[in-house]
Amino acid sequence: MTDTLTSAPLAAPALREPLLAVRGVETFYGKIQALKGVDLDVNEGEIVTLIGANGAGKSTLMMTIFGQPRARAGAIRFGGLDITKLATHDIAALRIAQSPEGRRIFPRMTVFENLQMGAAVDGYVHFDDDLERMFALFPRLKERLHQRGGTLSGGEQQMLAIARALMSRPRLLLLDEPSLGLAPLIVKQIFEVIDELNRSEGLTVFLVEQNAYHALRLAHRGYVMVNGTITMAGTGRELLERPEVKAAYLEGGRK
Amino acid sequence: MEVFVQQLINGLTLGSIYGLIAIGYTMVFGIIGMVNFAHGDVFMVSAFIALIAFLILTTWLGVGSVVLALLIVLIVSMLFTSIVGWTIERLAYRPLRGSFRLAPLISAIGMSIFLMNFVQVTQGPRNKPVPPMLSDVIVVMQEGSYQVTISYKQIIIIVVTSVMLACFWYVVQKTPLGRAQRACEQDRKMAALLGVNVDRTISLTFVMGAALAAVAGTMYLMYYGVVSFADGFVPGVKAFTAAVLGGIGSLPGAVLGGLLIGLIETLWSAYFSVEYKDVAAFSILAIVLIFMPQGILGKPEVEKV
Repeated sequence: MTDTLTSAPLAAPALREPLLAVRGVETFYGKIQALKGVDLDVNEGEIVTLIGANGAGKSTLMMTIFGQPRARAGAIRFGGLDITKLATHDIAALRIAQSPEGRRIFPRMTVFENLQMGAAVDGYVHFDDDLERMFALFPRLKERLHQRGGTLSGGEQQMLAIARALMSRPRLLLLDEPSLGLAPLIVKQIFEVIDELNRSEGLTVFLVEQNAYHALRLAHRGYVMVNGTITMAGTGRELLERPEVKAAYLEGGRK
Repeated sequence: MEVFVQQLINGLTLGSIYGLIAIGYTMVFGIIGMVNFAHGDVFMVSAFIALIAFLILTTWLGVGSVVLALLIVLIVSMLFTSIVGWTIERLAYRPLRGSFRLAPLISAIGMSIFLMNFVQVTQGPRNKPVPPMLSDVIVVMQEGSYQVTISYKQIIIIVVTSVMLACFWYVVQKTPLGRAQRACEQDRKMAALLGVNVDRTISLTFVMGAALAAVAGTMYLMYYGVVSFADGFVPGVKAFTAAVLGGIGSLPGAVLGGLLIGLIETLWSAYFSVEYKDVAAFSILAIVLIFMPQGILGKPEVEKV
């Protein structure tokens, strides 16, 4: 089913085990099957993008990695450890962080407290340093520090969600549609931050996006998901060139 | 004026006890959206634990100092009642999480009936007394022959309640545990994604609620000098009313609601009739809810999508 284009992220002989390996994962909401056997790898130091239409199952995959809902079949391995059946908080403790769909900022906590929540997994060891780093990445958060999360604008909430995830010093950062509903300038800014973190700190990022053009340009590799299965895989640049991708996700190839 | 001041003192004392119990209702409701109907009976059980501890200390171990005895009783009661609260959550509520919404509520009513009957069978149906203690009074005001007094008991109740609330407030606002509790209250799934052990946090919420109920139970026993197996119901309902009045889910609201219910009750008793004091308290609740459905300090949620 998977149409592999290049050196083949899926079929290549694994020199090192990928940081995140998703194998044949199936997820259900009641009787409805949302994921129909997903295979996907994220290697250490990569930015991997998953694109697909609304309802393809992208966010479901993100949450299934955290066991919410739990995969009914298949396996998810992180750093060589089978995490398919681990409790959600134990998965978080392995330093996988997520900036989820809808941002899910704690509305009645201040920006500072939201960031503290992110640092809990790290035991607050690097809290002060990390806080300064977040201020450098997102200066807006410093201005809003003692404001309640629910009073922030959408873009500020998105920045806070990413910063909160970064406060845990993650080995793998899952970003679910960070560009959704945001002004192009802020989207650009957020993508620059992700790129910067990947280059300077080797942060591994798994990014789900509908904004396919930006996401694929940013990513080392990409996957396309349709109706709960991966239909295409390749480097970001290769996927951008594919006519099917252009037609379906890049506004008829006008971009 | 003197009557009013006296009733103010009495009302604040009673209200402190309601407030302590109300916190247990409001916290549990905040975190899992369930009214823990067994909470009033947990309060009653804590008063019995305090009673037993007090009698053991004074008659068997011969602890002479009443203040020392009360301090030990308070700690013992908080400890054992916490275990009771933790066990109830574990046995009666956790297995039903993710079940339909009414299931834990029904389970809570069952637990309430169980606790009441368990105490009735093991401790007997009659009122259990403790010897009167700390009944000395301080005259605060005097007007003719009418003395406004505050007893040592009342001072202890108000001081202990204030100290407990301050500790509790600190835990909820400033510690990682309190943050985890508030996070679970606002978005349980997101809290789990950030590494919060949600089940453990809920358990600890029950433990904290039970510990505060134990403070209330010990104070109640000391204040009234008697307790019976049925004494959990009315204070429980009043405290629940206090939580709703203050805005369920709001911690300052629970304390405020408790104080208000206490004051309404005592003032009504003083100026109108003792028989209708409960009617007065619940009428005020109805009126407040008609005009402020969120309660006094409960706020409608304002969230950005």
